[in-house]
Amino acid sequence: MSNTIHDMGGMHGFGPVESEANEPPFHEPWEGRVLAMQRATGFMGLWSIDGGRASLETLPPVTYLQSSYYQRWFLGLEKRVVAHGLVGADELAAGHSLHAATPAPRTLRAADVPRTQTRGNYQRPSAAPAKFKPGDRVRTVNISPTTHTRLPRYARDKEGIVEAIRGCHVYPDTAALDVHNENPQWLYTVVFTGKELWGDNADPTIKVSIEAFEPYLLPA
Amino acid sequence: MPSHDPSGHGHDHDHDHDHSELSDIQLRVRALETILTEKGYVDPAALDAIVESYETSIGPKNGARLVARAWIDPDFKAALLKDATEAANALGHVSPVSSHLIAVENTPQTHNLVVCTLCSCYPWEVLGLPPVWYKSAPYRSRAVIDPRGVLADFGVSLPAETEIRIWDSTAETRFLVLPMRPPGTDNWSEDKLAEIVTRDCMIGTGLPNP
Repeated sequence: MSNTIHDMGGMHGFGPVESEANEPPFHEPWEGRVLAMQRATGFMGLWSIDGGRASLETLPPVTYLQSSYYQRWFLGLEKRVVAHGLVGADELAAGHSLHAATPAPRTLRAADVPRTQTRGNYQRPSAAPAKFKPGDRVRTVNISPTTHTRLPRYARDKEGIVEAIRGCHVYPDTAALDVHNENPQWLYTVVFTGKELWGDNADPTIKVSIEAFEPYLLPA
Repeated sequence: MPSHDPSGHGHDHDHDHDHSELSDIQLRVRALETILTEKGYVDPAALDAIVESYETSIGPKNGARLVARAWIDPDFKAALLKDATEAANALGHVSPVSSHLIAVENTPQTHNLVVCTLCSCYPWEVLGLPPVWYKSAPYRSRAVIDPRGVLADFGVSLPAETEIRIWDSTAETRFLVLPMRPPGTDNWSEDKLAEIVTRDCMIGTGLPNP
């Protein structure tokens, strides 16, 4: 969903950033298993990276805030495997499989791992030329979809400048709902002044950019 | 946020903690892996290989090599700023870099800071797994509105007139900060330079400190 707790930019009250010296890759072994299961199930190709994100964003806000990063990943993964019919709620309760598996589209093997550690490429051929070019003034749309979007609340209905065109990419807003609905869109880096985003009291030395898909932008 | 004791997190408990030293989350993760394995959806050997890669080979040393090379080789620096994906792969990495890696250069006028306010997007191939603080609410909320306050949490203070450019990673583009080479390192080797390029330098919450 769109206006949910994951969209944190500009919120107050979360306190200082606390860095941990010599932080290990994983604090506990189960965290590594969650990351690996996330990768391996993603390899099956049943959901998009944005479908994965959406399953975390739709966690209840209190759960989201109280859970650690890998706990959130785990809760989202549980939701996805159930929603896609891979695992039954009764199996989660039992702790082992109770039903025959539907055939897996493909299963990640150890030999595939080095190759699949490189992130996917989200660039796609374009159906139309880009509407904007660097230097163009644009205004972001004012939207509140109840489904996934990558336009943060703090950057909606704001005027900015196109700084760069990043190519034509899979559109998260549709791919989150259906892995096959990639609906490629031009992607731009759009930069805003602190004042435009936060008002007259903003730090005058800051500029913030987002990566904005073309449907998020209107000519200004 | 530490995750060692999730037992207070509100979901139902149907087992007795007195009889097990495993936490609720450990049991649930183990159960899911068992089910997915039994059904043939995941291969435990592949899971082992993924975990091992992050524990041993994928980390910020990869990014530090790019920065150190850019500091000593103007042609490489130009290539890195033009197309960081291509430059990184030309250098030959432990893990190949996928498309859309973008290097952003700190200058005396501008300091760059990278965040993902919506989740935790991060250039894993060159920096490894993101630290807990990068994924935390304090960082994600404040980086875009109070970057100087965030930098102060890291002990970093920039001149008042320095422009701070925050890059919110809202798509599949990934950002790597190219810090300024510190003075007094003129005769340093590439390897010695790489040692002062910390993970935080390449996110923008740190500065190289010879």
